[in-house]
Amino acid sequence: MTVLTPEIETAAPPSSQRLLKELPREKLAWMLQRMCEIRYFEEKAEDLYIRGQVHGTMHLSIGQEAASVGSIATLRPEDLIIHHHRGHGHTIAKGANLTTMMAEFLGKEPGYCRGRGGSMHIADIPGGNLGATGVVGGGIPTAVGIALALQMRRTDQILLSYFGDGATNEGEFHESLNMASTWKLPVVFICDNNQYGMSMHVTKVMNIQHISERAASYGIPGQSVDGNDVLAVYEAVLAADEHARSGQGPSLIDLMSYRWRGHSKSDRNLYRTPQEIDEWKHKCPIRRFKQVLVDGGVMTRDEVEGIDQTAKTAIDHAAEEALTFPEPSPENMEAEVYAP
Amino acid sequence: MTANTTREITYLEAVREAMVQEMRLDQEVFLIGEDVGTYGGAFGVSKGMLEEFGPERIRDTPISEAAIAGAATGAALMGMRPIMEIMFMDFLTISMNQLVNAAAKMRFMFGGKCSIPMVIRAPSGSGTGAAAQHSQSLEAWFVNVPGIKVVAPSSPYDAKGLLVTAIRDNNPVLFMEHKLLYRMKGPVPEESYRIPLQSAEVKREGRDLTIVAYSIMVPRALEAAEKLAVEGIEVEVVDPRCLKPLDVDTIARSVSKTGRALIAHEAPVTGGFGGELAAVIVASEAFDYLDAPIRRLAGRDVPIPYNRTLERAAVPQVEDIVAAARALAQEGK
Ligand SMILES: Cc1ncc(C[n+]2csc(CCOP(=O)(O)OP(=O)(O)O)c2C)c(N)n1
Ligand SMILES: [Mg+2]
Repeated sequence: MTVLTPEIETAAPPSSQRLLKELPREKLAWMLQRMCEIRYFEEKAEDLYIRGQVHGTMHLSIGQEAASVGSIATLRPEDLIIHHHRGHGHTIAKGANLTTMMAEFLGKEPGYCRGRGGSMHIADIPGGNLGATGVVGGGIPTAVGIALALQMRRTDQILLSYFGDGATNEGEFHESLNMASTWKLPVVFICDNNQYGMSMHVTKVMNIQHISERAASYGIPGQSVDGNDVLAVYEAVLAADEHARSGQGPSLIDLMSYRWRGHSKSDRNLYRTPQEIDEWKHKCPIRRFKQVLVDGGVMTRDEVEGIDQTAKTAIDHAAEEALTFPEPSPENMEAEVYAP
Repeated sequence: MTANTTREITYLEAVREAMVQEMRLDQEVFLIGEDVGTYGGAFGVSKGMLEEFGPERIRDTPISEAAIAGAATGAALMGMRPIMEIMFMDFLTISMNQLVNAAAKMRFMFGGKCSIPMVIRAPSGSGTGAAAQHSQSLEAWFVNVPGIKVVAPSSPYDAKGLLVTAIRDNNPVLFMEHKLLYRMKGPVPEESYRIPLQSAEVKREGRDLTIVAYSIMVPRALEAAEKLAVEGIEVEVVDPRCLKPLDVDTIARSVSKTGRALIAHEAPVTGGFGGELAAVIVASEAFDYLDAPIRRLAGRDVPIPYNRTLERAAVPQVEDIVAAARALAQEGK
């Protein structure tokens, strides 16, 4: 087991510098664009919400974009993810159609779940996104079953199973990691650690320093990573993917980041200081990655900002189009509950 | 109750006041749950309580519903009077083993040698756009478990008086708080008072038909009754308030008078508590007075959808109650 003590910095560590040279430019551009799309999607979602155009709740992952993108960037197209309520980032990184996704957020019939699921439950089953659960930790046992099916069918696919730091205190987390480890299932458990479960800082709800230490209980590799460094995330998750794909079983990767926004729509942020939030805004993973790309000579400042602008335009279009989509009809809901 | 100590407060404040007053009286009463401290509870019910009682008695927990239920059960076994808050009723599914196999059964299983005086406060119901996993009304699961009592108050007054009684009860009591009722205002006495659990209340008198409704369906039935009164249909609204133990007499007396019963609840119709209500009415003296079949108006047999239109359509609204009551008032005439 390796336990890193990440100093979450604003510059790229040496390993990132190496990746910057190794990864194709298109891949790096893809990563930046997805990160920007996530940011703009969520800002748009927030705006629509404030303007009263959304009924329901949402959980924004602004500030955590590097974790979603850096991890999913390691996957092959046929690989799978299953995730949790703060899931816009994973969904976009896995390649969701932005308009269809926005339509789901708005509860429209052409949305991914035909308006039945909403922000907290977006799934794109054909796209390999096996859905978000609103029950904390609830997706982790399901991940065991998905990975079991992959193993029993002898595919080379793997699964990334996402959950928050708070979820690692659920019994379901412990039962699942133990089972997956025992059976050497092809899954990587990824903790999107934004340091809080609603108002509870990790230090108040667990008596260990790093969530990755929990891996020791299941005899699997555990690693805590600077989750604001998209390349560091990429590197750690890729290694865990290879471990899983080669039949050696699961790992636990703790991606340490921070949630800039409140937990959900109603959060008075009584449990943290404005200074703390500001400090983390200075560690913006997007601004940091842009700087790394420019400093590393991969792109010019103009190219980087061009990608940012493309992402913004894509989100604006998605929202504009989705807002015109039809509402679902309540007529035959019963008929949708059971499969024929 | 004296008039000068009664003021208008919300349902949420009434719940909080019951807890605060009981905690001031008795060191053994404490609140345990997720984000009940600094955050003040997901819906703000325990706001300010941490400041008064401190972190030991307003106990924030990790996100661990099985352990929360177990901790409450164990402390109750020791004679304390824990109030456990589950953030959403839906997550009682995770607490189920402790509640159903331990808390509910220990007294009986151990030959009556112990009791489990605990309250499980559970925000329930739909209407907030929180979709399928944050909107359920699971009361029917619990009434089928001997050893647990189930309360579902519909007004601030009832919420306070019933919660005090629930805290003082020597058994596990599931206390359902509908999220849409939290902001409802009503008169509540400042001083502590108790409402017996097994006591239904006639919320409105009428001669033409009885609507048996609880929780959010009570204000909706009362609003429907106002509309029907304009048409000359006089509806009586009976609120059981406590589903288990159930005050059958008050319900049977009302149905005997009106000869017609419409049962309204939000949970899905199939296997819902409405079936039990219909069965006890049929088995009571009211059977001889029935002029029409008993009708149930309940949630549709679907998970709660996200979209606002679908969500509204999934559970009875005022207009649905008006239509169903109007039809029932004419049936068999
Ligand atoms: C089983 C369960 N318990 C409680 C909740 C309420 N809740 C929703 S999100 C959340 C915090 C989750 O924290 P974490 O796992 O760290 O994820 P984050 O929200 O920080 O992304 C809580 C308590 C829930 N949805 N499900
Ligand atoms: Mg968290």
